[in-house]
Amino acid sequence: MHQSLVLATLTAVFLAACSSQPPAPEQKPAAVEERNASSMAEPGLVKSEKMDPYGLAALKDPKSILSKRNVFFDFDQYVIKDEFKPLVEAHARLMVANPSVKMLIQGNADERGSREYNLALGQKRAEAVKKALLLLGVKEEQVEAVSLGEEKPRCTGQTEECWAQNRRDDILYTGEY
Amino acid sequence: MKILRVIALVLLSSAALNAAAQLTIEVTGAGANRIPIAIANFDGDRIISTALTSVIRADLDRSGMFNLIDPGAVAIAESATVNYGDWRGRKADAVVTGSILANADGRFETRFKLHDVQKQSPIGGQSYMHTSAPSQLRTAAHRIADVIYEKLTGERGVFSTRIAYVVKSTGRYELQIADADGANPQTALGSREPIISPAWSPDGGKLAYVSFEAKKPVVYVHDLATGRRWVAANFKGSNSAPAWAPDGKKLAVVLTKDGGSQLYLVNADGSGIVRLATSAGIDTEPRYSPDGQWIYFTSDRGGGPQIYRLPASGGDVQRVTFEGNYNVTPRPSPDGKSMAYVARDGGTFHVTLMDLATKQTQILTDSVKDESPTFSPNGRMILYATEVGGRGVLAAVSSDGRVKQKLSVQAADVREPVWGPYVK
Repeated sequence: MHQSLVLATLTAVFLAACSSQPPAPEQKPAAVEERNASSMAEPGLVKSEKMDPYGLAALKDPKSILSKRNVFFDFDQYVIKDEFKPLVEAHARLMVANPSVKMLIQGNADERGSREYNLALGQKRAEAVKKALLLLGVKEEQVEAVSLGEEKPRCTGQTEECWAQNRRDDILYTGEY
Repeated sequence: MKILRVIALVLLSSAALNAAAQLTIEVTGAGANRIPIAIANFDGDRIISTALTSVIRADLDRSGMFNLIDPGAVAIAESATVNYGDWRGRKADAVVTGSILANADGRFETRFKLHDVQKQSPIGGQSYMHTSAPSQLRTAAHRIADVIYEKLTGERGVFSTRIAYVVKSTGRYELQIADADGANPQTALGSREPIISPAWSPDGGKLAYVSFEAKKPVVYVHDLATGRRWVAANFKGSNSAPAWAPDGKKLAVVLTKDGGSQLYLVNADGSGIVRLATSAGIDTEPRYSPDGQWIYFTSDRGGGPQIYRLPASGGDVQRVTFEGNYNVTPRPSPDGKSMAYVARDGGTFHVTLMDLATKQTQILTDSVKDESPTFSPNGRMILYATEVGGRGVLAAVSSDGRVKQKLSVQAADVREPVWGPYVK
């Protein structure tokens, strides 16, 4: 309970810290955000017959936000867009609730330009999510931010649509890497 | 004058070649004043003569510095008297003659002589011991071509040097090493995960590179003679962009262990890590100047990526590139006077050369997705990666922009080329 309080406070700090960013795009992951908001306010009210929403099993539950492991970024941008903040917060909760769990964040970049410079750009994206997690109470030794640069594209076409899919972070947990 | 010719380099028995696919080279364009030269067939074993002279001719031709004159079908021994008037009539300025002598132990001795037709006298020659193994024949031929090149152009030849590059086929990455003409490819490392940024040690005995086999970038050093390799940098976060110091004892690397991509120095055995510079943004792609005084690197400290340099012993950072908003991958030339790099112009990426004294720049290529330029050790050619028809190929351009070559492997992507040093 005490931990949840700290987490709620940190979440508020995190959201406040992000408020200086430009307005969010219109698209909203509404349903997920609602469930997230209610459980954030009163974690004690989660019904006992349901799966622990921030337990490790939720990582594999397609209905849980924790099964979502990708954070996408705009061109030449390294800030977490509002639509991905609930996802980052959910993962932070799991990590705080399970301090022995470790996470690898793999940043990626689109293919244009130098491989090594793109590796550094992917690193900036991975570190953006890592910083948010630390703000939300995750411990430094739980998270490693690395970059795969342009080496692991999810989409290999040469279109903006494709490149947008490659400007992303992938979140992996212990046992998945 | 524009010429286009395709040289099939599969000249010898494929017995010595492993599974690695052969690079084929296509040459377009040539130097302004090409030296007319005739390489006569060598006297002795016909097959060995063909194996040697075809490689010598292909080397000289590919350089763009020579115009090969038909020598006729007759073999001319190294010691034979050369009819200079006859060669002048055929418009050759130089003639090469040679002999292949079979030794009792089964080996061969090849002697050659280079003649200056104008001076009507021999100006050079050597002899080499070799077996009939294709790799040994190639080595002997490249050394002969190097001597001819140096005598006639005044600069050292690079036909005996090697190149390293990465071949990506479906689900597989191979770090390969081949002769400078793309022949005789050997696989130093095969992996299911990406390999990038290979870098030759100054003595040519080792390659440093970045491998993703641990699901993150880690810097390795690989001893080519023994096949033994070790981790040079594996800190928390990403480890990348190795660059050898000219003494071969240290590597500049990029680490993110303290947050952000930053420059560090590490001993080649992985010990003694020291931070080189501190910036708020990205610092990456370090490369030493040949005299070891400077480290050139890419940084976004001013917004977009530009090239900067700092004294290798530490000190104030200077900005090197100012034109355009995307200049990356600095590669100082072997004489330290110029720098090749990749500049973005709109949506296209070109290998560009900067005179470091005057800051004048020249775009060298008309390809549009250039990456990873690397100088030949004599500074004459720049090898780089680009894309043709959606496939990664290697290309080379002379530093004056006149000679252009393309190297490709069937059904695979080739990338991350790096030209090795002179061999002793």
